[in-house]
Amino acid sequence: MPFKIIASQCTSCSACEQECPNVAISEKGGTSVIDPKKCTECIGHFEEPQCVAVCPVDNTCVIDTSLPRY
Amino acid sequence: MDVSALDEASLAGSAVNIGEIMQAIAEHKGCGTSGGSGKASCGSQAGQGELPTEIWEKVKNHPCYSEEAHHHYARMHVAVAPACNIQCNYCNRKYDCANESRPGVVSEKLTPEQAVKKVLAVASTIPQMTVLGIAGPGDPLANPKKTFMTFELVARAAPDIKLCLSTNGLMLPDHVDTIARFKIDHVTITINMVDPEIGAKIYPWIFYNHKRYTGLEAAKILNDRQLQGLEMLTERGILCKINSVMIPGINDQHLVEVNKAVKSRGAFLHNIMPLISAPEHGTVFGLNGQRGPTAQELKALQDVCKGAMNMMRHCRQCRADAVGLLGEDRSAEFTTEKVMAMDVKYDLEMRKAYQAKVEEKRVAKVAAEQEELAKLASEMSGIKLLVAVATKGSGLINEHFGHAKEFQVYELSTTGAKLVGHRRVDQYCRGGYGEEESLATIIRAINDCHAVFVAKIGGCPKSNLLKAGIEPVDQYAHEFIEKSAIAWFKSYLERVQTGEIQYVDRGEAAIRQSALISAA
Ligand code: SF4
Ligand code: SF4
Ligand code: SF4
Repeated sequence: MPFKIIASQCTSCSACEQECPNVAISEKGGTSVIDPKKCTECIGHFEEPQCVAVCPVDNTCVIDTSLPRY
Repeated sequence: MDVSALDEASLAGSAVNIGEIMQAIAEHKGCGTSGGSGKASCGSQAGQGELPTEIWEKVKNHPCYSEEAHHHYARMHVAVAPACNIQCNYCNRKYDCANESRPGVVSEKLTPEQAVKKVLAVASTIPQMTVLGIAGPGDPLANPKKTFMTFELVARAAPDIKLCLSTNGLMLPDHVDTIARFKIDHVTITINMVDPEIGAKIYPWIFYNHKRYTGLEAAKILNDRQLQGLEMLTERGILCKINSVMIPGINDQHLVEVNKAVKSRGAFLHNIMPLISAPEHGTVFGLNGQRGPTAQELKALQDVCKGAMNMMRHCRQCRADAVGLLGEDRSAEFTTEKVMAMDVKYDLEMRKAYQAKVEEKRVAKVAAEQEELAKLASEMSGIKLLVAVATKGSGLINEHFGHAKEFQVYELSTTGAKLVGHRRVDQYCRGGYGEEESLATIIRAINDCHAVFVAKIGGCPKSNLLKAGIEPVDQYAHEFIEKSAIAWFKSYLERVQTGEIQYVDRGEAAIRQSALISAA
């Protein structure tokens, strides 16, 4: 299950984009979007998902339960 | 900025209190006529006093560092840094960084390429624009690529523009060498505490080394990094200004400690700003009812810290894309759309010629004040009072009461006129609605002042001001502020002596808390 960004809460500050080890995040239509094919939940890179840790708006970078686990 | 040991004596000659330099200049009769260094270099001396020349060179045209320069020179910010790496309780990240900018304001985000075009467009239109700052909307050092790319492009295209940077300090130690390499000679660090117990009440978390830290641990890391960064910068001779947000009940007393800590590490200026907090900002402090300080509380704290080092009373908490003189915002003229359509020619010679004229005006203004002050020399009085001034810059009383977006506040005593702050207000004369209400707000904002100096004022606000005990003064329209204020003060003292009027204490004044979206 990769992460996704709740667009309505995103400030499009791009903090997550800079931290993602997999370059999975980019800006689209005014907010940041995670490419589920690239997201590895940061496993193997860091202890915490970087987008979650850096995002200023709580519960904006969340697990996308509609997709299979990484 | 290795002026860590700024004592009272050198303070008098510093950027903030320049009374003695003014004296020196007024006495310097050979100015402009004698040979030697000649007129140009003489003109550039207005305000140096006892500051070492290398520091003076850095600050003299910098509106944020030199109170005297802020009347004459303009700065601009470009919003190329949206990301941040900490959370402050006075910040809502939908808006600009509240450390450096006005809370509740959104800046237009730019790419480094767009930013450079904008800088060149502004520099060509406003020749007194001498400083480019990157202050947000997030933290510039949380966006190092965009920030330094912008500086590099600007340094190449417009080498005469000074560069400055504002940061929360978390990533500062990692970038000090880059900052030195890019010849960024001014850095602002926001330091609100030197005690993690207090820090934990201001910062819920930080993001550092790929981890989110909270509580005491977060505050301790942040503070260690801030102080380390400050030391590293001052070691390299880079000017540092410290911003602190005064949060009553949380760090108000403690800022005296902060002042000592940053002074001992070589900070050049300490700027204590009021917390601006209202529920509609959606910040933690705004929502939990944390109040900001009153104008009196702020001034009292600034006065306590003043003995220790330079205080900066003219800071406007500019927005991250501000353009213009402090207190003025022309950013609407330079939206991305307009800038991209402009045909920009960067004319260094024209800018230099213009700035030489500005220097002449600065000297004239200082000399005028000295002349007036000499007349006051025989007066003996313990009276100290505040007056508000409506100005558009150049050190003149040149704004209509109804058009003023802010008032500068000067403290008058027999020792002269000293800028002690400024008050933001709504424009009274926007026409249409709410005039009564906005007049009441203005009166609240300058309620601690005995008089208000304006270029022009209508009959109705005039009588309301008088009713509130504030004397509207329009006889010095388009004259120098300090000189006029001193002349008025002299006549005030005379009127008190003859019993024509009585000196009464003024009450408290309020600091405007709600967001100003369009005003600078
Ligand atoms: S969880 Fe990690 S890999 Fe996935 S988008 Fe966030 S930062 Fe990138
Ligand atoms: S860090 Fe959060 S708010 Fe910022 S761009 Fe990423 S998802 Fe949006
Ligand atoms: S440093 Fe600035 S942008 Fe970051 S949380 Fe604090 S006020 Fe907001």
